[in-house]
Amino acid sequence: MEIPVLGWQAIVILVVFGVSLLIATYSTYAERVVAAFLQDRVGPDRAGPYGLLQPLADAVKMFTKEEFFPGGANRALFVFGPCLAMTTALMSSAVIPFGNILQFGSNVFFLQGIEVNIGMLWVFGVVSLGVYGIMIGGWASNNKFSLLGAIRAASQNISYELAMGLSLIAVLMISGTLSLREITLQQSVAGEWHFWNIVKQPLGFIIFLVCAFAETNRTPFDLPECETELVGGYHTEYSSMKLGLFLFAEYVNIFVASAVMSVIYFGGFNFPFQYELRDWLVAHQDWSLLAAQNLITILGTLLLFGKIFFFIFFFMWVRWTLPRFRYDQLMRLGWTILIPLSMVNILITGGLILAGVIK
Amino acid sequence: MTLAERAYLPAIFQGLSITMRHFFMKKATIRYPEETRPFSPIFRGLHVLKRDEQGRERCTACGLCAVACPAEAITMVAGERKKGEEGLYREEKYAVSYEINMLRCIFCGLCEEACPKAAVYLQPDKMAPPRFERDEFIYGKDRLVEPVDPDARSGRGIQLTPEQAEALRNKMNQQPVAAR
Repeated sequence: MEIPVLGWQAIVILVVFGVSLLIATYSTYAERVVAAFLQDRVGPDRAGPYGLLQPLADAVKMFTKEEFFPGGANRALFVFGPCLAMTTALMSSAVIPFGNILQFGSNVFFLQGIEVNIGMLWVFGVVSLGVYGIMIGGWASNNKFSLLGAIRAASQNISYELAMGLSLIAVLMISGTLSLREITLQQSVAGEWHFWNIVKQPLGFIIFLVCAFAETNRTPFDLPECETELVGGYHTEYSSMKLGLFLFAEYVNIFVASAVMSVIYFGGFNFPFQYELRDWLVAHQDWSLLAAQNLITILGTLLLFGKIFFFIFFFMWVRWTLPRFRYDQLMRLGWTILIPLSMVNILITGGLILAGVIK
Repeated sequence: MTLAERAYLPAIFQGLSITMRHFFMKKATIRYPEETRPFSPIFRGLHVLKRDEQGRERCTACGLCAVACPAEAITMVAGERKKGEEGLYREEKYAVSYEINMLRCIFCGLCEEACPKAAVYLQPDKMAPPRFERDEFIYGKDRLVEPVDPDARSGRGIQLTPEQAEALRNKMNQQPVAAR
């Protein structure tokens, strides 16, 4: 049986999109549950068992709300904004390696949408496009508050993207490749024990984490939608599913940011003692090498999702802990602290590489 | 500020640990329709006009409750007890009609304190239910008097002739439909 490579990849991409959307859907539910638990409340528990049908109820509400176009708005751009936000959020999940190789006979399947050697650049390029969705949405609303929110979002994303890129350069100096799959594989090699990148790059990870919060417009950096100053921010004028797309895109972005963090800093689909487990299965349980390898791959995928879920939870945890920054504080943190700090991180990493401490 | 304070991170981790502790704490919520919270021991709820131990209405329509009422929610019409109605009314004078306007009532309990016959009483476990129409808030005797089974004939207490039981049954069945 010969499955064309593109056909298999298309299926994987569709599955990845579906999984992203599903996780984003249930992130809205999880957000409410986490918020409630952190505040000693119960959370949604009326729609279905444990309130699990709550996202469905939300969707019905979103779809049946009135479609509203503000007077003087540019209708085409008004619709295009949320579409762009959603599209870019979904696109960046395509290059993330969700698992290693599944092998059946001579057929080899990569559990990854597109394996390209510019994976990291792709993520950055697409994510930086995402700000256009917000910007266009805010501008097309013909509302000063929306425009202010959009401008805030744009300037915030641009300034934090710099620090994010610089903090990643240190990782790329160690790995020597932009391919996310390669970066993952480098974090664990059979026969020798390699630590995850978090051990080599603790400072870089903290910078990346802070920037990821700012990039996804999450608290404490959710200035674009600061309701006390800007009503709803860039989506003030939006209603029904167009608003839903904006909010949904935020959750997809959180999912992608969590996935990127897990892949780059926390070993992706690797987990400790995976090769020992495989060898033990082969040696003592009479498994074939292929079956053992496939089991490791599936376990790795599940564990990667575990890591991703932890980071999604972390995003929510922080949201209900920290108050939001003032805008000038946010800009000062980005430009005068994070960017110099990430440059220092690059210097330190370079020095350590030259000294042969890390490779 | 010291470097640790300026870096924010220790404070952030402290805050995260506090919220994480709250994640596992017992929730204060009472899931209302399934669980109800016990009323306070001094709670004053919906009024009731009590009967005595023989099933006769205690109220003698003296009007002290209406006088004591700061919201002027109580109105009544007094009447004389006929011969043969001794099993229905305790005193020779009784309330032909007794109405409390629940829209005006502030549940202060002064009527209960003013009553010399211990007839009007604010139940500690029952709220005045919500209604849709304003006139449904005027509670007459049909809804205020403690209900009694018309056919009940205890040895020491209530003795009703079949006609009286029939009359009482009709009276109790005459409640307006919307009031149920």
